[in-house]
Amino acid sequence: MNESSLGAIFLDSLLINNFVLSVFLGICPFIGVSNKFETAWRMGVSVIFVILVSSVLAFGTNLLLINFHAEYLRIITYIVIIASTVQLVEMFIKKTSPALFRALGIYLPLITTNCAVLGVALFQTARNYSFAQSVVFALGSSMGFTLALVIMAIIRERLELSDIPGTAKGTALVLMIAGTLSLAFMGFAGMGGGG
Amino acid sequence: MAHAHGNAPSPSESMEAFLNGLWKQNPVFVQVLGMCPTLAVTNSARNAAAMGLATIFVLVCSNTLISLVRKLVQKQVRIATYILIIATFVTMVDYIIKAVSVDVYKALGPFIALIVVNCIILGRAEAFASKNSVGKSILDGLGMGLGFAIALFCLGGVREILGAGTLFGVSLFGPNFQPWVLFLLPSGGFFTLAGWLLIFTWWKERKKRMAEAQQ
Repeated sequence: MNESSLGAIFLDSLLINNFVLSVFLGICPFIGVSNKFETAWRMGVSVIFVILVSSVLAFGTNLLLINFHAEYLRIITYIVIIASTVQLVEMFIKKTSPALFRALGIYLPLITTNCAVLGVALFQTARNYSFAQSVVFALGSSMGFTLALVIMAIIRERLELSDIPGTAKGTALVLMIAGTLSLAFMGFAGMGGGG
Repeated sequence: MAHAHGNAPSPSESMEAFLNGLWKQNPVFVQVLGMCPTLAVTNSARNAAAMGLATIFVLVCSNTLISLVRKLVQKQVRIATYILIIATFVTMVDYIIKAVSVDVYKALGPFIALIVVNCIILGRAEAFASKNSVGKSILDGLGMGLGFAIALFCLGGVREILGAGTLFGVSLFGPNFQPWVLFLLPSGGFFTLAGWLLIFTWWKERKKRMAEAQQ
């Protein structure tokens, strides 16, 4: 795969290796917050913001850690960065838009344990992305997360009134839809220069 | 399993703490927690087993330490403390796996580091280890960890048998087997887990119906 070009990284993280549907990151909010379009959309936007900020911070911190030969502290520092970013975003939203803050409620602090956020930070380190590549990767994968979340929310809103056997209601149904969506997203595999 | 939840005094509370995680409150099939590693690393039985072992280790260690320091930690900073403790043990596991088997390390990749954000571990720290004695917390960690590992194995086994016709790399059906590759692909993970959940829900509903019929 052509990893060097920014466009390829963006397409790859947004569609081909979609974080939720093919790398399996951020499944918990994907199942938990996808029953309404409104909440799914807001959650998605806050996740995009958190991932972007924490990715930039993680990039800087990683340089610092390498400089001091303290790579073993990577996981700990990343999780602290993410937790503080989430805290910042929480305070920011609370000040600027109390209505949005109330709507997001418990989901906002839960972004800390969204593995997509830590996943972006870890993947960009593991793949030795440059700064520009990291930012594009963070943007693509967080938008991919939001895309999958919103699609799932729309499907679930439609299914609300349909006649589903009781045994399949709930998580099992969400997983089956997710499997089908994942199959559909595999169709993107050929894009971006013969991935 | 038949006794009423919480009313009847159990023969041994510690045993209860252990069995709870193993079956009645199974983290994957009942509580639906820790979905990301469950789906991502279960494309073969070996990866599933490695992930299960790593999670058991982190869960038992973090439960022990958190239970030990539970009276020293201020309420406001407890989550941050728990996360730091968990991250420390995950770093240890990360280096141990790298030292033991490079193959497994490559197959699991960043998912070892992602054990930090496995909700099961933080969930047990908050819900059990911060309120109970060390002994019980260790048993709880063991039970939950084993329950998680068994669930991973159920998924990994099914996916490897159907998707590659092997189990732990050993061929089961001979050379004429046509592998069902779908099950090794990401969507296979979703479908397998959905299948297990369907079986469990169906079984629970059947038990409920039979209990009602007896009355």
